[in-house]
Amino acid sequence: MPAKKKRGAQTLVFDKPPVITSWASIAGPKEGQGPWGQDFDWSMEDYLFGEESWEKAENKMLRETVKKALNKRNFDEADAEILMAGDLLNQLVSSNYAARELGIPFLGLYGACSTMAEALLLAAILVDGEFFERVIAAACSHHYTAERQFRFPTEQGVQKTPSSQWTATAAGAVLLEPVGTGPRITAVSIGKVIDMDQKDISDMGSAMAPAAAHTIKTHFNDLNRSSDYYDLIVTGDLGKVGMAITRELFIKDGLQPEPNYSDCGVLLYDDFQEVNAGGSGCGCSACILCGPLLKKMTAGEINKLLFVATGALMSPITSFQGESIPAIAHAVAIEN
Amino acid sequence: MNTPDPKRWKKIEVEEYENLVQQTKPKPPLLKHCIWAFIVGGLICLLAQLIMNYLLNQGIGKVDASSYTSVIMIFLGAFLTGIGIYDELGKKAGAGSIVPITGFANAIVASAMEFKREGYIFGVGARIFTVAGPTLLFGFVVAVLIGLIKVFLSS
Amino acid sequence: MVPLYMAFLIGGLLCLLGQLIMDLTRASITPGHILVGYISGGAVLSGLGLYEPLVKIGGAGATIPLSGFGHLLTQGTLKAVEQKGLLGAFSGGVEAAAAGITAAVVFGYLAAVLFNPKG
Repeated sequence: MPAKKKRGAQTLVFDKPPVITSWASIAGPKEGQGPWGQDFDWSMEDYLFGEESWEKAENKMLRETVKKALNKRNFDEADAEILMAGDLLNQLVSSNYAARELGIPFLGLYGACSTMAEALLLAAILVDGEFFERVIAAACSHHYTAERQFRFPTEQGVQKTPSSQWTATAAGAVLLEPVGTGPRITAVSIGKVIDMDQKDISDMGSAMAPAAAHTIKTHFNDLNRSSDYYDLIVTGDLGKVGMAITRELFIKDGLQPEPNYSDCGVLLYDDFQEVNAGGSGCGCSACILCGPLLKKMTAGEINKLLFVATGALMSPITSFQGESIPAIAHAVAIEN
Repeated sequence: MNTPDPKRWKKIEVEEYENLVQQTKPKPPLLKHCIWAFIVGGLICLLAQLIMNYLLNQGIGKVDASSYTSVIMIFLGAFLTGIGIYDELGKKAGAGSIVPITGFANAIVASAMEFKREGYIFGVGARIFTVAGPTLLFGFVVAVLIGLIKVFLSS
Repeated sequence: MVPLYMAFLIGGLLCLLGQLIMDLTRASITPGHILVGYISGGAVLSGLGLYEPLVKIGGAGATIPLSGFGHLLTQGTLKAVEQKGLLGAFSGGVEAAAAGITAAVVFGYLAAVLFNPKG
């Protein structure tokens, strides 16, 4: 007997689509000055956020975002039944330490910058499967914690290439419930790890674009949908280079990229903010979803959204060993 | 005989994709970078020459004046890194701020300072040599090899 | 004394060469690679007798780029070999470059202790 809720190769549809009843986002100083600064719940004044280290600041960002999402529904931490969260740091320290203080049962997830979609799709499965009634999905990243782990010490004078991206300092969290008012998660597609032999670690967009294109194409095939089904298809953090390549790949796959395709990494910053190809990091897609996008959905400006967060799955060690960059993308369909 | 070889197909796919990436990817603004590197690198060396000339006029010997100049330039590089200016310069000047000895000082201070919160022995102490270590290592190895060649040739 | 414009010109050209290496070769070239390349390259050129003429024309323009540090190591080694033979091959380089190396480590440590990364 085929699985009841599975469609095609990689897609699941929900009988009782879980509702996004509440969400919250926090943005760093640079992100707060970007084009969507007004749509986040907070903008941090500095990168330390009142803490002693950047790592502690990142942990606090995640913690406060989760609390805010719960408070908006008049819940507190004790009401949340499970937290699914992730970040970019080794051993998921930001999420682990945030979960230590929140005291919510916790599953840590690593999908690099695709974490928000991974958390959302697993949360939706748990709610639709009637295991939990209040599930939190969250993700965060911090520019300087990521920079020192993946790239160079922050005070070293390094020239960035035009294809490089700026890791966003941001966090986003959503609360999923079986009933309530708000946008619903109707279907999800779980991505495959795709590797097209890209090795340039200052060009994540080119490494991740094939994964995004593959997941989106599979999603449409599995559900017999075409790209005009959605008001907006938004990829996670491909940046300008990755987005341009994804457009080409769409056309090759017979999909229509205009006018309803965009990318969180391109949206997050203004051109003059010196971020080269755009934003990246778990927080990039998380804060754009939990800020402007869900706001626009409640306002009815967007009714059908396909959220495709993308992640590059390398580490500094694999890069030094000359390995190419594998990438993943998960798709989450959110509808009013 | 005609069964498609998945490895070969994958290879063609990868090559096609690489072409697409190369067409799309923006190239670094080479001329702008080169002008910045030339001018900033040149100015750093000019400053060093000014210091050196001053020291020579004070009657300090050539070898010592050269060593003094290096020490002063290293101090400047370390200081400007500490107050957060050198990395801003580096974003613009590229190799112009990496190649001079001030860039060596920048790499040392940046690596050490970054890991202060991890302690003074295994944080600062170990990380200070992240870039300085390999640089000095290869300098020593090449110099010693040349020295050994000379010993060998003159014996 | 070397004219100032020659220091500017030679120093600028050496940095320009580094920029070309960074922009025209593989994207994975980091500042660390450039520094290692310059110190080794300078040491080798010096051993072949090709770096000393550059120092004569360019002064600080040739000694301040890290290739000049490599030159210093090689010249120190060669001189010490003449005086002490085999032992000189091991002691000469560091002796000649001692001031620079110690300054780099000590100033590096002091700056790290006194300042915090601003990002």
